[in-house]
Amino acid sequence: MAPGGMAAFNVDDGYLEAIVRGYRAGILSSTDYANLCQCENLEDLRMHLSSTDYGNLMQNEPAPIATATIAEYCTRKVVDEFRAIRTQAIKPLSMFLDYLTYPYMIDNLVLLITGTLHNRDISELVDKCHPLGLFDSMASLCIASTPEELYREILVDTPLAPYFQELVSLDDLTDLNIEIIRNTLYKAYLEDFHRFCGTLGGATREIMQQILEFEADRRAINITMNSIGTEITRDQRSTLFPSIGALAGEGHVRLARADEVASVRSAVDGYGLYRSLLQVVEDNPEKNLEDAFFEHEVKLCRLAFEQQFHYGVFYAFLRLKEQEIRNIVWIAECISQNQKLRISNYIPIF
Amino acid sequence: WGIFITGRGSHHKSNNGRVNMASVFDSCWFLWFLPVCYEQWWALFASISPYAWATTGIALAIGLSVLGAAWGIFITGSSLVGAAIKAPRIQSKNLISVIFCEAVAIYGVIIAIIMQTKLVYESSPSSSFAGYGLFAAGLVVGLSNLFCGICVGITGSACALSDAQNPTLFVKILIIEIFGSAFGLFGVIVGIIMVGKCSFE
Repeated sequence: MAPGGMAAFNVDDGYLEAIVRGYRAGILSSTDYANLCQCENLEDLRMHLSSTDYGNLMQNEPAPIATATIAEYCTRKVVDEFRAIRTQAIKPLSMFLDYLTYPYMIDNLVLLITGTLHNRDISELVDKCHPLGLFDSMASLCIASTPEELYREILVDTPLAPYFQELVSLDDLTDLNIEIIRNTLYKAYLEDFHRFCGTLGGATREIMQQILEFEADRRAINITMNSIGTEITRDQRSTLFPSIGALAGEGHVRLARADEVASVRSAVDGYGLYRSLLQVVEDNPEKNLEDAFFEHEVKLCRLAFEQQFHYGVFYAFLRLKEQEIRNIVWIAECISQNQKLRISNYIPIF
Repeated sequence: WGIFITGRGSHHKSNNGRVNMASVFDSCWFLWFLPVCYEQWWALFASISPYAWATTGIALAIGLSVLGAAWGIFITGSSLVGAAIKAPRIQSKNLISVIFCEAVAIYGVIIAIIMQTKLVYESSPSSSFAGYGLFAAGLVVGLSNLFCGICVGITGSACALSDAQNPTLFVKILIIEIFGSAFGLFGVIVGIIMVGKCSFE
């Protein structure tokens, strides 16, 4: 039966779903955030975090703790929880969880290529990579100088290989080209993941496709906003938009033609959700577009937990934990820089 | 005219000089479904011993009930085991869901025991009513317990997961489970009434 089917889901995946729901119960609530905002310094923050699900993670760190260290420990905890689930999963859940790690792989790849381009040492770059996106041939990435070499020599064995097909027209690895590489890989990944969730069927397909379509639209709007005023041509820009989502078709044509912020707003005017998100940003000078998108993503992930017997809970758990780490880092930075006014600009989750 | 249709059908006379239908239709199996053959099918059906029907009914009663109970228990059990890792307090209360599923199997066993007391062997059974009745009673009990078990299992899994998040939800979802487990009882009641009327003597 499809992984969306009630009667047979628990055979393979019931235990892991229950574990993920246990982790979800440990996500910081509004009272936890209120406590964290009251902290005077980072030591207080560490003490409050130890009374939540994070426990005594940072106990052994010496006294003046830095924000980056806090973020690193929190990320490490999420990675451990994810790996605990991944090792016990079998197909098709194991394939689904692998798909969840590909964005981190893409980010790591781009980080390494950029670093190599600017002549950084490869070993210190590997330390900065996200642990969920490690792949085997990372250290040998410094040899490549064109995307074709990159693919042929190094990446042909990695799971990212099928996403490289559209990149053969690029000649060298300049900074601009690297951003195009990142966005093209991510576009291919989103479309592949969307198709995979379609084959899974049932509640998984409904929930995941809705989330992925929002992700695709969000990327289209972000790419447009970021490429206003740069040297990317319209055609190049429209090849970077993923072909799924509400904005596909008419919306992408309009976005490709947009040359300033006002025309972006009129391009998405026909789509209720994005119009209201852009409206919120316009009305509220303290909020930026990224925050509005994150809020909507958190809402969709919260809804994913309302249904049982589907894989969306695994995706939602990872996203909500990422948002939680962003929130903790924001609060920690506000505390350490003494900017208490804006401390409540985090995005509440539950 | 059967020979006309088959074309090359062989026909040879049997002992009494009548044509043997089986050999005529040997080459074309689908001709067995022509209306002219329906009497043959009915004779075949009526010649099944009522004891075959009765014992099949007993097998279905207990077999399908146990299938339903087992299905329900694995659905509830896997969620319960996973959820109890982060919230150990739920483990004893939520065993009620497993007990409801188990009750479904016990209903099947009870009915099977009652049914087998009706199985009295007579060399020339006069009643095929008893055979059909026991078969149907077995089907009634078996199918209702099958679906009851699956229903209680899925609800029990939801109960365990909700209890782990919010303890006040346990009793509310348990009420849904109680309604679900009523299906098994319906089947048992109807089954007992049917079995009461069947007798081979």
